[in-house]
Amino acid sequence: MRYLDEYRDGAAAQKMLRLIARTATRPWTVMEVCGSHTHALLKYGIDRLLPDSLTLIHGPGCPVCVTPVEIINQAIAVAARPDVIFASYGDMLRVPGSGKDLLSVRAEGGDVRIVYSPLDALKLARQNPDRKLVFFAIGFETTAPANAMAVFLAERDGVDNFFMLTSHVLIPPAIEAIASSPDNRVQGFLAPGHVCTIAGYTQYEALAAKHRIPIVVTGFEPLDLLQGIYMLVKQLETGGHEVENQYARSVKREGNPQAQALIEKVFEVIDHKWRGIGVIPASGLRLKGPYARFDAAKALALESPPSEEETVCIAGLVLQGVKRPVDCPAFGAACTPEHALGAPMVSSEGACAAYYLYARREETPA
Amino acid sequence: MSLFPDCPLPLDEYPRVLLAHGGGGRLTQSLIDKMLLPSFDNPFLAPLHDGAILPLDGQRLAFSTDSYVVQPPFFPGGDIGRLAVFGTANDLAMCGARPLFLSCALILEEGLRMENLWRIIVSMKEAAQEAGVQIVTGDSKVVQRGKGDGVFINTSGIGTVLPGVEVGPQRVRPGDEIVLSGPLGVHGIAVMALREGLSLDADVKSDSAPVFPMVRALVEEGIEIHMLRDPTRGGLSAALNETANKSSVGMVIEEERLPVSPEVQGVCEILGLDPLYVANEGNFIAIVKEGWGERAAELLRRHPLGREAVAIGRAVPEHPGTVIMSTRIRGERVVDVMSGEQLPRIC
Repeated sequence: MRYLDEYRDGAAAQKMLRLIARTATRPWTVMEVCGSHTHALLKYGIDRLLPDSLTLIHGPGCPVCVTPVEIINQAIAVAARPDVIFASYGDMLRVPGSGKDLLSVRAEGGDVRIVYSPLDALKLARQNPDRKLVFFAIGFETTAPANAMAVFLAERDGVDNFFMLTSHVLIPPAIEAIASSPDNRVQGFLAPGHVCTIAGYTQYEALAAKHRIPIVVTGFEPLDLLQGIYMLVKQLETGGHEVENQYARSVKREGNPQAQALIEKVFEVIDHKWRGIGVIPASGLRLKGPYARFDAAKALALESPPSEEETVCIAGLVLQGVKRPVDCPAFGAACTPEHALGAPMVSSEGACAAYYLYARREETPA
Repeated sequence: MSLFPDCPLPLDEYPRVLLAHGGGGRLTQSLIDKMLLPSFDNPFLAPLHDGAILPLDGQRLAFSTDSYVVQPPFFPGGDIGRLAVFGTANDLAMCGARPLFLSCALILEEGLRMENLWRIIVSMKEAAQEAGVQIVTGDSKVVQRGKGDGVFINTSGIGTVLPGVEVGPQRVRPGDEIVLSGPLGVHGIAVMALREGLSLDADVKSDSAPVFPMVRALVEEGIEIHMLRDPTRGGLSAALNETANKSSVGMVIEEERLPVSPEVQGVCEILGLDPLYVANEGNFIAIVKEGWGERAAELLRRHPLGREAVAIGRAVPEHPGTVIMSTRIRGERVVDVMSGEQLPRIC
């Protein structure tokens, strides 16, 4: 297929792998922040093709995984109300709250629907004026513009039965948290290409300079990843700490100004709790001003009692890159995609799911 | 004392049936393994093939059943009626049998448009002619509005196993070659694209069709077939994993050889789906004796439905029960069974 096959070419990949192997003369530890990167690395078997001296650490870039359990519980509670249609991206439905998930709510009669876009959710609200439509607005900078647009339109057109339960998070504050942690082992970052398509990478330049650490904005196809790793290794070997843009076919330095303006119009930046990690300063978004009345948590008075987390599950440590999924005693035994203890096992960006789906053979011999 | 024996599925985990129990993945498997198989236990059910092979007066009869609940009932390249005839006829073909007779049970929802019902019936009639089967018995029931989804169809079928043919997971050996008769994911994507309201530049039409003529061609040319499977629900991944499990062999397939059209790949990219998990109709997997893969693929390519037939991999003695795919960039990954519904992803 045009524009994709070129980035999945076997011969070109082999060439890039040889370049990486030749360039890396010392051991290096790098983090791919984004869960989609983790999945692509394992799906194409790239992790097993790289030189042993290169250690990849999987980062917290999985919005589904870091949505606090309290908000999942709010979602589960509101989705069960008879006057509510609950619309969500498919990924969220299997995420365990305290005791159950949204799929179970649906099986018990809750009106839970999968949508591909918040605008589809807005359409559902217009089609069902006698019911409350609650959209589960989660994600990084990538989904924020579309979610902002839905609220913007709801306000403009007076769609008063449309509400958003939000758990929006931002990538640069998470990188800041990791890089400034005293136990940090990460020597270079692959930054998420799609997030930077929206937000640009000027914020990453500040991070690179402050922590003297190289960052490469990277795409999602195998050759993108290999080239991104190569650029990172080259900087590491020569002591560089620049931001480089591997994904130039999509990412501009300043990002997408229209999208940013819309986000700023509708959202304000707040301190936000990341599931398994804790509160990261200025790392979340909340509806503001005239848009605050669409906030489901406020408008529908959703309670969020503090909730207990599974004790065996090490999702927090996996999300921080401290442990690997296979280090978890529950991995593949008590915790599987059918019966998950932690969100990284069910999300299509979760590191545990990536290991379970693509790389289980070496870990649990048949 | 309880009137019923204890439910074998852990009720604390699943107090209710989830959609994923019907998705063809691991939850479906647990329903079969823990609840259905032990309850109905008998030697004809045990192989859990697409149909049962029943010895009768020196003949070998194949018997199979399937229910059809596809939504929407009309889609590009077919409809629920066509699917109901070809689906069961193909399950019989996967037993190495010539499909002969079908039953047809209709469950209709009050309010279904009569002209739509008629379209479905005409379509079943034409499909039966195409597949060379006769619909010889049937039933119809109507349920209240809201208690069904327009129309559900069940068909059962019987056929006679071709002389000399013996297929089943117990026959698969390391070294056997895996041949796929046609492109992946066409039917599933045709239905899903319509369901998601995607307007496509290029049409993707369901390739639902009777596959028995292709099976017969292989048998007539003397290809030693060890196993046949149609990769319907759960896609190629489910079909290979189930076979690898039951046969206690490992499998290795090559991504580069998998026939996936640009249109199907494109829709998969948009919806975040993997063609390996998308449902198929109109194609099948034949696992043939070592050394016969290329010959089998070549024979299939002579058939109009098999133009893209290709040997995609082989059974191996290593990693029994696990399917490994060698990726296009020459990496390796496990091809796992989908765990529930294939859920669209967030970004």
